[in-house]
Amino acid sequence: MLKDQDRIFKNLYNDMGSDVSASQKRGDWVNTKEITDKGREWIINEIKESQLRGRGGAGFPTGLKWSFAPKEVGSRPHYLVINGDESEPGTCKDRDILRFEPHKLIEGCLIASYAVQAHVCYIYIRGEYFVDGQKLQAAIDEAYEKKLLGKNAAGTGWDLDIYIHYGAGAYICGEETALLESIEGKKGQPRLKPPFPALIGLYGCPTIINNVETIAVVPTILRRGGKWFASLGREKNTGTKIFCISGNVNTPCNVEEEMNIPLKELIEVHAGGVIGGWDNLQAVIPGGSSMPLIPKEKCETLTMDFDSLMAEKSGLGTAGIVVINKDQDIIKCMARIARFYKHESCGQCTPCREGSGWMWRMLERMAKGDATKDEVDMLGDVTNQIAGHTICAFGEGSSWPVQGLLRHFKKEIEMRNNLDPIVQKKNNIPYLVDQHLLDKKNA
Amino acid sequence: MSLRRPAKIQPQNFEFNSSSLEAANKIVSKYPDGKQQSAVMALLYIAQRQNDNWIPLEAMKYIAKFLKMPYIKVYEVATFYTMYNLSPVGKHFIQVCTTTPCMIRGASKLVEACKEKISKNECELSSDKTCSWMEVECLGACVNAPMMQINDEYYEDLDKEKTLKILDQILEGKTPKPGSYRGRINNEPENNRKTLMDFKNA
Repeated sequence: MLKDQDRIFKNLYNDMGSDVSASQKRGDWVNTKEITDKGREWIINEIKESQLRGRGGAGFPTGLKWSFAPKEVGSRPHYLVINGDESEPGTCKDRDILRFEPHKLIEGCLIASYAVQAHVCYIYIRGEYFVDGQKLQAAIDEAYEKKLLGKNAAGTGWDLDIYIHYGAGAYICGEETALLESIEGKKGQPRLKPPFPALIGLYGCPTIINNVETIAVVPTILRRGGKWFASLGREKNTGTKIFCISGNVNTPCNVEEEMNIPLKELIEVHAGGVIGGWDNLQAVIPGGSSMPLIPKEKCETLTMDFDSLMAEKSGLGTAGIVVINKDQDIIKCMARIARFYKHESCGQCTPCREGSGWMWRMLERMAKGDATKDEVDMLGDVTNQIAGHTICAFGEGSSWPVQGLLRHFKKEIEMRNNLDPIVQKKNNIPYLVDQHLLDKKNA
Repeated sequence: MSLRRPAKIQPQNFEFNSSSLEAANKIVSKYPDGKQQSAVMALLYIAQRQNDNWIPLEAMKYIAKFLKMPYIKVYEVATFYTMYNLSPVGKHFIQVCTTTPCMIRGASKLVEACKEKISKNECELSSDKTCSWMEVECLGACVNAPMMQINDEYYEDLDKEKTLKILDQILEGKTPKPGSYRGRINNEPENNRKTLMDFKNA
């Protein structure tokens, strides 16, 4: 287990209060000026050395992202945007940062803004977190009062204004370009990339977008050194991460742990074990609902980091672990996730808009056992039609959980759904254009 | 995509009252000059708050004029985002999360409770016209599942009995205490905390 002194979010459970004076006791805002005095290069290099990867799901190296910002500010101002549109089912880490560690985030915003030369920072918070957003707003107001924000923020000589922008219940706005559209006051439909936001982002200006957790760990990394952060976890998967363990466990919780921690340890030690015992475990969704599930056999030895989960054809995502035990119907669980994506598709790309509904309806039927044999393969086909054929990565996000289900629980689906195909195999109908479909094995 | 339609019966006119106007001007000032369109989402919220929790078409027209943008662009935004209610909802608007993490911990019981206490169907006003409920997608409090949101507040760690009690209080016009209903502190593992112990005792 990670030592308490190596934990970054010491107030994760709000034992100490979240105002400036309590935060200063924890080490926030103590020597912000000393950090910025070392210069942009140093900050970006230190973050690169720490090998910090974005905590929002994609795991892109943060230092590298910051270095994409133009070195000189031209005619267009730079912006820093913080993504707090946490809507991935299974994930609730940013909410705790917003309400209990707001000053880590605000100080991170100041340092990051300085590093990418932004004078304005927008924090995008999902609309449902209104109360938590108000808490962050109170912290921002307090920071202004104490001269930690505004002109010459915290004595660093850098001017910074932070504004909160509330979303309004659209999952898609967690995608960075959709988020920018949303801040611009449009409907949140993702943009084509390139151009990447680092060059053409908010209002057409260079914009760096980071997750709440990514920015909130930055001040601590710079205080304790990139080397310290890199010493935790393993190569390229360094540092600590807040894991959210939900679902069929005895004590669901948020906990900050070292990267590369065994999944079993997370579940058994922190989450009090699976309801009904470890043997009652059916599958685990390791990183928020978009990531393919992992069956029990693999959970024994699985370690939680970006690369080891990638090797299992899944991903760390947002580290929202959903534990599903054998009392649950796994097909139903996935059908509900498919319904989520059907509801949340932004409707811009046809494969996702239509395909997510297809997947949902097919899975609902499969959960009831109303599907035919050939539909199992057809479902796999639908997922392949979506993945990789959409503007944003959320197309993959909606098809991966279904692909995961097909990969690991195909037998179960086939056992439940053994109706004969509706279209029976017939031979050579001369006028039929789709003859090749009928000739397929199961048609 | 979710299908969303504006209400059939619409009020004839809409205008910000003075406090809304003040809030709206403050929000517009957050964005760069000429980018006042960015404020549309916040202004729709203000209109929603002012107009008993829903947004009439007149409000969209008013906001379009206020921000000097085409009406259709406001309409687009209002119909795209699901938190804008386009038809009347109860003064107490209850949203039950039923996405997988909540579902596997028994969110359907919460839905049952709502059906018993409020109305048979979702998005339907209760008999005293003060409440309505609906199923929503993940509200982002998965380790506190099952949970629901009433207006702005989260009610966490629920079961059917506790939900019935909360709904009773709501129907009596009281405001129940938000937060966990199993007495746990925030998101810590209940009675199983192994981290940051020095701070807990401090």
